[in-house]
Amino acid sequence: MMRYLAGRLAGMIPLLFGITLICFFVIHLAPGDPAQFLASMNPKFSETAHEKFVKMYGLDKPIYEQYWIWLKRVAVLDFGDSFTPDGKSVTTKIVERLPVTIWLNVAGMALIFLIALPLGVLSAYKKNSIFDKSVTVFVFIGFAVPTFWLALLCMYYFGVIKGWLPISGLTSYNFDSMSFGGKVADILWHGFLPVFLSVFGGLAGLSRYARNSMLEVLGEEYIISARARGIPERKVVFRHALKNALLPVVTIIGLSVPGLIGGSVIFESIFGIAGMGQLFYQSVMSRDYPVVMGILVIGAVLTLIGNLISDISYALVDPRIRYGRK
Amino acid sequence: MIRKLLVCLLVLTLFACGQKDSKNSGKEESFKKRDIKGAVTGDAFVESSLGDATGLIMNITSDSASHSVTSKIYNGLVEYDKDLNIVGDLARSWDITEGGKVIVFHLRKDVKWHDGKPFTAKDVEFTYKFMIDPKTPTSYDADFRLVKSFDVLDDYTVKVTYGEPYAPALISWSMSVLPSHLLEGQDVAKSPLLRKPVGTGPYKFLEWKAGESITLVANNDYFKGRPYLDRYIFRIIPDTATTFLELLNGAIDTMGLTPLQWTKQTDTNPRFTSQYDKYQYLSFGYSYIGYNLAKPMFADKRVRQALSYATPKEDIIKGIMFGLADVATGPFKPGTIWYNPNVKKYEYNVEKAKALLEEAGYKPGKDGIMAKDGKKLEFELMTNQGNTVRQSICEVMQKSWEKIGVKVNIRVLEWATFINEYINKQKFDAVVMGWNITNDPDMYDVWHSSNCGGQKLNFVCYKNSELDKLIIEGRKEFDPEKRKVFYHKAQEILAEDQPYTFLYVPQALVTISKRFHEVSPAPAGISYNQDDWWVKKEDQKYNYQQ
Amino acid sequence: MAGSRLLKKAKGSYLLYSGLIIVVFFIVLAVFAPLIATHDPTAINFDEVFLPPSSVHFFGTDELGRDVFSRCVYGSRISLFVGFVAVGISLAIGVLLGLLAGYIGGITDLIIMRIVDIMLCFPSFFLILAVIAFLSPSVFNVMAIIGLTGWMGVTRLIRAEVLSVRTRDYITAARVQGVSGVKIMLKHILPNVMTPVFVTATLGIAGAILTESSLSFLGLGVQPPTPSWGNILTAGKDNIMFAWWLSMFPGLAIFITVMGYNLLGEGLRDVLDPKN
Repeated sequence: MMRYLAGRLAGMIPLLFGITLICFFVIHLAPGDPAQFLASMNPKFSETAHEKFVKMYGLDKPIYEQYWIWLKRVAVLDFGDSFTPDGKSVTTKIVERLPVTIWLNVAGMALIFLIALPLGVLSAYKKNSIFDKSVTVFVFIGFAVPTFWLALLCMYYFGVIKGWLPISGLTSYNFDSMSFGGKVADILWHGFLPVFLSVFGGLAGLSRYARNSMLEVLGEEYIISARARGIPERKVVFRHALKNALLPVVTIIGLSVPGLIGGSVIFESIFGIAGMGQLFYQSVMSRDYPVVMGILVIGAVLTLIGNLISDISYALVDPRIRYGRK
Repeated sequence: MIRKLLVCLLVLTLFACGQKDSKNSGKEESFKKRDIKGAVTGDAFVESSLGDATGLIMNITSDSASHSVTSKIYNGLVEYDKDLNIVGDLARSWDITEGGKVIVFHLRKDVKWHDGKPFTAKDVEFTYKFMIDPKTPTSYDADFRLVKSFDVLDDYTVKVTYGEPYAPALISWSMSVLPSHLLEGQDVAKSPLLRKPVGTGPYKFLEWKAGESITLVANNDYFKGRPYLDRYIFRIIPDTATTFLELLNGAIDTMGLTPLQWTKQTDTNPRFTSQYDKYQYLSFGYSYIGYNLAKPMFADKRVRQALSYATPKEDIIKGIMFGLADVATGPFKPGTIWYNPNVKKYEYNVEKAKALLEEAGYKPGKDGIMAKDGKKLEFELMTNQGNTVRQSICEVMQKSWEKIGVKVNIRVLEWATFINEYINKQKFDAVVMGWNITNDPDMYDVWHSSNCGGQKLNFVCYKNSELDKLIIEGRKEFDPEKRKVFYHKAQEILAEDQPYTFLYVPQALVTISKRFHEVSPAPAGISYNQDDWWVKKEDQKYNYQQ
Repeated sequence: MAGSRLLKKAKGSYLLYSGLIIVVFFIVLAVFAPLIATHDPTAINFDEVFLPPSSVHFFGTDELGRDVFSRCVYGSRISLFVGFVAVGISLAIGVLLGLLAGYIGGITDLIIMRIVDIMLCFPSFFLILAVIAFLSPSVFNVMAIIGLTGWMGVTRLIRAEVLSVRTRDYITAARVQGVSGVKIMLKHILPNVMTPVFVTATLGIAGAILTESSLSFLGLGVQPPTPSWGNILTAGKDNIMFAWWLSMFPGLAIFITVMGYNLLGEGLRDVLDPKN
């Protein structure tokens, strides 16, 4: 196990390197240079201002040197300062947004698993039944509806017409003066629509995956022979088949991390939630390069870690993997 | 000076920038209650913005969100009152001598910073030095660079000397005064005050949740009297559709409406009419089509005149603005003394436009497109993305100019790229844009020939020596009656030359919750007296323990 | 009789059929847009703004008095075009790299798969967002970038299939006979791996159409006046209460199309998967 772990960790180094290379490349795609952008939005900025920024951000050095300098700082988790005048460091800006992003994504992901797995497994079990067909259509509806459109319709109906749910934001104005229970209720109340919608949109992938995986297992010989031996169908399906079918699902957790982070831009914009997606979008639009790079790198590294964890847990559950992969 | 805010006009600006309460200027007592009859304290005012503030020191930020918030926190030496007269703010009075070269400000003695320290001439001196420091990342330094010397005469008197008379000098001192005791010797770009500002204004900073909201609380010690509303809440709602839904839900107290919302989505909606009042007044801004005069195609003024004649301004106002705009004829606001109503109007006339093009040597080609010496009259009309009105204008212009044989391709670009790559590098043919109109008529930045090229504001590169002379002379004259002559003449020149096709001056369409009293629009806009707004006890929506 | 078995399976597949009908319907719509549209999609008419659906304007009119039905019909061209080209790019890259990795193996395989791993680490929507914003949105950029960030799945798929195919007898035989690598890949391996690729591509088109609409929502999709479903929908979202038809129809168009491609993809998988 330790050897496997060490091997995986060593394998991550070139990946990390590649990630930073791509981030750096993306930023330098932008027309003009960041310093010019900073200076040009201000009509009174002189030529010296431009030079000042060029120096400040080390843009006068050759590109490989810039990359090297940046890399050295990133290695110690220093992403520099944001370009916005509030003078915050990139790390502070990202850390500020993390709790919200984590709460919404973890809640969303947990619910997706809780709902999609049983749906997928039952669909496979009752293949081609009415249940299976309606589940298929239902999860695809969630996937196919443009999210912001559905979100607006829901906000209008449940928020304005019915008045049941708040429209945007994560807390009420008087949040600070609430009791602890009140605070929890307030957060849940505000989080309901965004979480519900992201769950609805995310069911398709996992439930189809679970269904296919289950179908595959149900077709395996040992299941067929178990049935032949007269073991009750329920037991066959829910004990023997289920366990093996759900194993590969574990890997999905790691793979869905980037989707969760990246997909949140739309939700956060429309629900006025100050999460990572918003920060990224606004940084892109205002050409706040250090923040853009920081989020890309951190997002990718989080994914890497997610993948690692899911692979390790997979390896723990199924010892074959360790040797199978070599 | 606030003039440079033209840059931020992309963002929907709800209130005229930089205004503060002015009703009680000249009063000396502190801890004073305001003198509105029957008014009580309490409740909060909730405003929303599409973007977060970038920093809370006004002097170095240029976005409208930051300015909305900081205008509640800081004061300048002077300000505009509701009728756009310059009145004292932190300055009690001032003397202008030596033909306008010297201003002596007498400061108020009853002002305290939010942390309790007294405000003195030292703070003004610091602010001046801060503005001219080359290390300060500010874009509002030009006015202060004209200062020849700055002297502190005593704790409450400062003397500013200019090299030559400069009419916009006085109002340039409406710039926020910063606390020297907290900033002296500090690197302002890293100062915690950017996040936790300390000012002298009606509201004190309470909390900033990044990307979510900024909350201010009433300043009990405000030298003009504590504002009635306990809190000022600035919420960030990044989507326009969501913002309108929140308005209908009563979660925000004000919103700048689009002409469409104003005409079609409010009066018939009881949810709206039961909660809000609508206010309408001519805004401080105009929209235009600017032509890149460096391109040979636009060098002939007859071509520009033809394009203006073929511009259906009335249709644009009726169709896109729902009639909620006035035709613009130049860069000044109709109804102000600077505005010259007697200039060439360019009423829609396709025949005249065609005739002008032919006069300029253009003939229709086989494909119907006008051409001269084998060169077709075909160009790109650009605007920034995210502004549906401007995009619609582009689409209307494409169709209208087609009628006189001019082919237009539309290009919509993201704001930063648009400014950075096309405007600043003069890589454009024609653009649909807007400028803010400032209270001071100085036209130097946008129209003087020295401001052509680079990253300067005369990006169409209009050069007219006669106009240059008028601009320079106009800056030296203090008496408005004499001064307006220069600008009236300037408007005639612009109307003849048409470096821009001036389109319209839009109406500001503001809605404010009915529960606030004392709301009344004036030439200065609507929020000039926001500190006087109050809510009856039984209508109060938010309660805060003091 | 594999063919007739497939056909029989296909007959019973409601997924495949409903998907196919929808997909064909919208392709026909896009191809014959000029014949189907009742109005010029860009014609402005200030006397007819915000008309609700009627027998003249099936889907009503927008803020410039343009016919929403005609705009949606023409929008189908752009939206499908974006979907097909983006997926085309993904496929081209994905298939090429997958074949190379699987067939050549060794260091080539290692490098290609490392690149795949790296690309998979990025939240792809973030990457698309940043690149499009920096390069300025245009139909071409939108297609290219969606395509350039979506090829990794295909590469993995192809490589896995190639690995399982290349050890089969007929490939070995071909190699022994001295058939060139390129020829083997094109003639023997590629046809064998196209089935799962086809399924992925179908789902990819759905994804690309959705991505374009998300980008449009942020103002970074296909730019007006070129109508795409995404930007028609975005333009209509502010009037969702007042002029529901502006967002309802493009919203439904996206929804039904994406649904169609998904059903088709799933149907294909069911039918073509020998295990079922």
